[in-house]
Amino acid sequence: MALQSLDITRRSATTTPSPRVRRTAEIAKLIDVTTCIGCKACQAACMEWNDVRDEVGTNRGVYDNPPDLSAASWTVMRYTEHKEGDRLEWLIRKDGCMHCQDPGCLKACPAPGAIIQYANGIVDFHEENCIGCGYCITGCPFDIPRLSSKDSKVYKCTLCSDRVAVGMEPACIKACPTGALQFGTKERMREYAEERIVDLKARGFAKAGLYDPPGVGGTHVMYVLHHADRPGLYNGLASDPAISPLVALWKGIAKPVAVAALGSVALGSLFHYIIKGPNEVSGEPENEPKKEDTGK
Amino acid sequence: MNRNTKDLPRFTASERANHWLIAICFVLIALSGLAFFHPAFWPFAQLFGGGVWARILHPFIGVLMVIAFASMFVRFRSLNRITPADKEWVKRIGELLSGDDRNMPPQDKFNAGEKLMFWAMTSCLLLLAISGVVMWRAYFPFPVTLVRLAAVVHAAVGATMIALIFGHIYAAIWTTGTIHAMVYGTVSRAWAKQHHAVWYRQMAGD
Repeated sequence: MALQSLDITRRSATTTPSPRVRRTAEIAKLIDVTTCIGCKACQAACMEWNDVRDEVGTNRGVYDNPPDLSAASWTVMRYTEHKEGDRLEWLIRKDGCMHCQDPGCLKACPAPGAIIQYANGIVDFHEENCIGCGYCITGCPFDIPRLSSKDSKVYKCTLCSDRVAVGMEPACIKACPTGALQFGTKERMREYAEERIVDLKARGFAKAGLYDPPGVGGTHVMYVLHHADRPGLYNGLASDPAISPLVALWKGIAKPVAVAALGSVALGSLFHYIIKGPNEVSGEPENEPKKEDTGK
Repeated sequence: MNRNTKDLPRFTASERANHWLIAICFVLIALSGLAFFHPAFWPFAQLFGGGVWARILHPFIGVLMVIAFASMFVRFRSLNRITPADKEWVKRIGELLSGDDRNMPPQDKFNAGEKLMFWAMTSCLLLLAISGVVMWRAYFPFPVTLVRLAAVVHAAVGATMIALIFGHIYAAIWTTGTIHAMVYGTVSRAWAKQHHAVWYRQMAGD
């Protein structure tokens, strides 16, 4: 508990509560898709600050580069050409970890302390505790974590938890030239988004809105979308993301039920033995083998 | 139970080795699997040299276990065919458990309980192997929905199998003289006559 900005409220594979007396303001990154020009300064800043360099790939004829998130590319721009009536819209979405309030990765993780959530809302991977099972990938509703083939650890956006901890904004925010990326308390970001949405509605985007999906308890990375009614337009952004019911079952009720069942079988056996005694070879005459059989 | 020249051979050395190879695999795979399943069992990961080693070893132990079980399946398959006498035996299991085996139908080399265990283990291992491969991220990239389903199946079947093995171990402890069969390979004639009368008659040539 050295830095209040790094207070942990939730820890993977931990059944007891984390310290939660101090109240820290929740932060959020706001990605205003409507003012993004797709320059990828955020991608470059992310690589630079976090010291990650992806393999140089090949040109695939589209702007998406690298084509997908990876262990060394924690944020990527996704470009979609969308026809709205007779107008072409270039929808550019900065993809990366959404920092869910109710993180599926953390719920699925079996390694204590490999995934933690800070009091400010950032969901962070502590790779030194990661065992490389990939359960977080199974748990994530946004398909974000990537397992590295180099070290079998998972990586994703940290929301620059190291910078935020000392009062700085994340590297991508710092680099954004248009103000499409904003950072502050979640409350302030919501207010800022409201202003943007009023402006967008005035400009003819009647369905403009904030993307802060309630299915995962809200996120600490939010989008302002021109078509908030159709998030799928933005390269398949989930319209109502939530932790999969299968994951909720596997990492929820299944755990106490299985432990209780195994405990009952073990205790049941013990008490059966104590109450009924062993099933011994009986001395009854009809069970007694003939003298010449036994050789005793 | 003493060794006796009149004792009946029940399991050959190779059958016993096969059984105990599976048993060792089971202990290792159950401990490491439980460590991933519930934080209460996380300390078991230390037995393997930590969580990373447990994660690396678990699936390979699984592969070995499936191979060893396949060998046992081939050996014992025909002895485990379910017969009408087995259904009768299952109906009367309550009597047996309360300590009265006088009305149990005479059993062949394997009784109905052992046969059901055999088929339950076969089904469990098949399901665990399939779901386990789907979850084996280091080598197999399956679609996430399939992996989620596999995770639920793997956990449910794994827990079921551990519970069944608890039952298997307890049955062997409860029925005095049974562990002798799987360790030394032989059983006393009295044991055979009481628990497996049909098999006893065959073996003793009555």
